[in-house]
Amino acid sequence: MTLTLDRVHIEVGDFAVRDIGLTVNDGEYFVLLGPTGSGKTVLLETIAGLHRVKSGTITLGGREITSTPPEGRGISIVYQDYALFPHLTVAGNVAFGLSCGGRTKSEISEAMDWVVALFGIGLLLHRKPATLSGGERQKVALARALATKPAVILLDEPLSALDPETRESLQQELRGLHAMLKTTTIHVTHSFEEAIALGDRVGVLGQGRLHQVGTPTEIFSRPNSEFVARFTMAKNIFHGVVSKRHGNMVFAGDGIAFNVVAQEEGPCCAVVRPEVVSISAQPESLEGTNYISGTVADVIDKGPVCSIILEVPARLDCLVPRASMENLRPEPGETLLACFKASAIHLLREELR
Amino acid sequence: MSKSAEVSRPARRVSLRSLWVPFGLLAGVIVLFLAMPLLKMVFGVDLSILRDTALDPAVIGAIWLTLYAALIATAAGCIFGVPLAYLLARLEFPGKRILESLVDLPIVVPHTAAGIALLFVFGRNFLFGQLFGKVGVEFVDSTAGIVIAMLFVSVPFLIDSAKEGFRKVDVRLEKAARSLGASPRQVFFRISLPLCWQNILTGNIMMWARGISEFGAVIILTYHPMTAPVLIYERFETLGLSYAQPVAVLLILVTVVIFIGLRVLLYRREKA
Repeated sequence: MTLTLDRVHIEVGDFAVRDIGLTVNDGEYFVLLGPTGSGKTVLLETIAGLHRVKSGTITLGGREITSTPPEGRGISIVYQDYALFPHLTVAGNVAFGLSCGGRTKSEISEAMDWVVALFGIGLLLHRKPATLSGGERQKVALARALATKPAVILLDEPLSALDPETRESLQQELRGLHAMLKTTTIHVTHSFEEAIALGDRVGVLGQGRLHQVGTPTEIFSRPNSEFVARFTMAKNIFHGVVSKRHGNMVFAGDGIAFNVVAQEEGPCCAVVRPEVVSISAQPESLEGTNYISGTVADVIDKGPVCSIILEVPARLDCLVPRASMENLRPEPGETLLACFKASAIHLLREELR
Repeated sequence: MSKSAEVSRPARRVSLRSLWVPFGLLAGVIVLFLAMPLLKMVFGVDLSILRDTALDPAVIGAIWLTLYAALIATAAGCIFGVPLAYLLARLEFPGKRILESLVDLPIVVPHTAAGIALLFVFGRNFLFGQLFGKVGVEFVDSTAGIVIAMLFVSVPFLIDSAKEGFRKVDVRLEKAARSLGASPRQVFFRISLPLCWQNILTGNIMMWARGISEFGAVIILTYHPMTAPVLIYERFETLGLSYAQPVAVLLILVTVVIFIGLRVLLYRREKA
């Protein structure tokens, strides 16, 4: 079902989430992305009905549910550590939601059979949560949340507590599950990679405000604020002014200047994602490409890629694939050329900040 | 391996070095101080006198009355105290600290003073005393008086223990249960209560034990019928140490047997 938040304002203790306007479409996998303390969990719990809104409305499938208690919403929440009931067996956990409403015995066992088969947890039914592995716990938590066929499922950092390998396989599972069931899903995370991998659309939350909502590509290449740019790992953000020089639009500021593609002059913020910057020894003077010479300040090995920090004199972070590093072998103090296309630079108008 | 496995390495034992000799000596003194009087009294009792005492109807009556009045007080404490404990563990409201201190007040008030205070409400000439008097319940020199005296001084133990138990229950378990469709009542009875029944049971046992041992507040409200602590005091005052000793030993034996029994029962359930 479609979930709509209209000018929702929440205050919990001295923490506030302000002016949230958001529509999550029916069957959509929506990812709420934000750093720790940005209000993601509070927003999620508000959608579930666990916090009262100070103002604004929440509607689900055309029905206003702003003041409906959590048990009447049909919105299940899955927490990071899964919050399985430790005193109940896996069967007891999964059946919990089913046994709360006025379902008949045969309805309950039918729903149980369906969800147990879906997650392949038949062999775990008599175990207690404490004896399960991380991956098993997640399956049980998802089974418990989906058993009641909720209108919306909320996932609060479901992958953060897992080691990278398990995380990747469970990420695949979440995708497969969503493709099959098409349950409207809101997934909260602080990991941009997770957001890109899973989200149909992504909303970036910071300091209690929703900064931008869009497809992962939009968020990634066209952040609408410096906050979103920083949070999506666009390391090179410069403040300056765009002006016309010798017929070209040129950005200058923070000790760096380069050609950009722009319609108007004026102050703005230039975002140069580190992966659009490549490194070469000599200029090839291609049209529309900026060549900036700088001194290697640092080389950080990140495994598949390396980060080369050039001082131009502004610090310019360049991500170089490991293969190219073999040819370059940059040493600190060496002079190299950074090159990036003018069209690859994203400009943020200063007043938008 | 997962991160948590790395973090939860067993902590290295701290070396006490030169500390353990002085601390061991000081600790030994307090252990002796606690154990000596009780052991000496229990093991110094003449067995034939103990047997006679155990057959004395006055003694049996007093011990029985004590156990049973304390049990009624505990049941009442459980019915009224557990909801309060849940509210205190889950809600934040202005004046909560004051309310919590009030609940613990009976622990620090001298118990004779507590008895006097109770008389101001439950005495024959006061509000509740008169109200209950109309339905034939007297709180002075009656079992009902013993029960309210025990309830007053011992219920804080139950409330505190239950509150601790509810606090230990992760709020997110309750939140998850709500989102799965459980009403607040279903959450309480199916999640919160089953997860802290041990704390509540421990609280009940502590309250019962505290009720059994209560003397000060009880004697102000009710001298007759006599509870075991009052009987011990009376025998000591009128007949002397050697007559008070077997009653005291008997009361200790009965309570110790009951509490060890309960502990064993609890421990078994915990392991299962």
